[in-house]
Amino acid sequence: MDNNLLAQIVFYAFAATTVGSAAVVVFARSLIRSAFALLFTFFGVAGLYAFLGADFLAATQMVIYVGGILVLLLFGVMLTHKLYDMNLKSETYQFWPALIVVLAVFAVLATVMLRTRWHTGSGAVAAPTTAAIGELLMNDYILPFEVASILLLIALIGAAMIVRRRSE
Amino acid sequence: MIGLNHYLIISVALFSLGIMAVFTRKNAVNVLMGVELILNSANINLVAFSRYSSGNLDGQIFAIFVIVVAAAEAAVALAIVLSMYRIIKTVNLDRANTLKG
Repeated sequence: MDNNLLAQIVFYAFAATTVGSAAVVVFARSLIRSAFALLFTFFGVAGLYAFLGADFLAATQMVIYVGGILVLLLFGVMLTHKLYDMNLKSETYQFWPALIVVLAVFAVLATVMLRTRWHTGSGAVAAPTTAAIGELLMNDYILPFEVASILLLIALIGAAMIVRRRSE
Repeated sequence: MIGLNHYLIISVALFSLGIMAVFTRKNAVNVLMGVELILNSANINLVAFSRYSSGNLDGQIFAIFVIVVAAAEAAVALAIVLSMYRIIKTVNLDRANTLKG
């Protein structure tokens, strides 16, 4: 019982971190502040994955999102602004119409999610999932796995092609 | 007791905030952050259903592929943003109104 209460407290802490810092990402005036709030959002989502028993995915989230995509986004912020004017403002436009539409979308989606009787089945998967995920990737999902590797190669070459400085 | 609905609501909130960012921002990097929020919300749904509904690992495999595609998307999109900044000296999306490079 005590353990259960502690788990709930930790869960709500992760949930509040995720949603709160996502709100900061959306509403902050400064781009740098948005980028660093995104760090906490990714961290909170990794915590939620850990809560769901997806330990491999939690680690992957930390490595790829926090270590890769966030650094890439920070490079994007730094390289597309002059560093001397450190305000890096990002204005919001058409705030109130967008807020109304977004609240409507939220209400509809939340109603659908809560009123559907989801099939809740057969208990949790075994906790250390890494070996099982590896076996699935090498057996059932070998074709998507290879296609994903080719996609990453294409993205690598394409990104380098787009940003290269044309010499002529 | 924490159930499936808790995760679904968190996912819906993240999705709504993501489309809010896409609607209201004109800075290309900020719009990309909104897209990342949307992808994360979809991932939370996949993992939550994998845990509570199906009871096997297929949802987590899908989430891994979503992460792979998100990484590729971020790399290519930021390359396009840098290229756009070099050509028209701004990352305001309203100014990107021509296809000529």
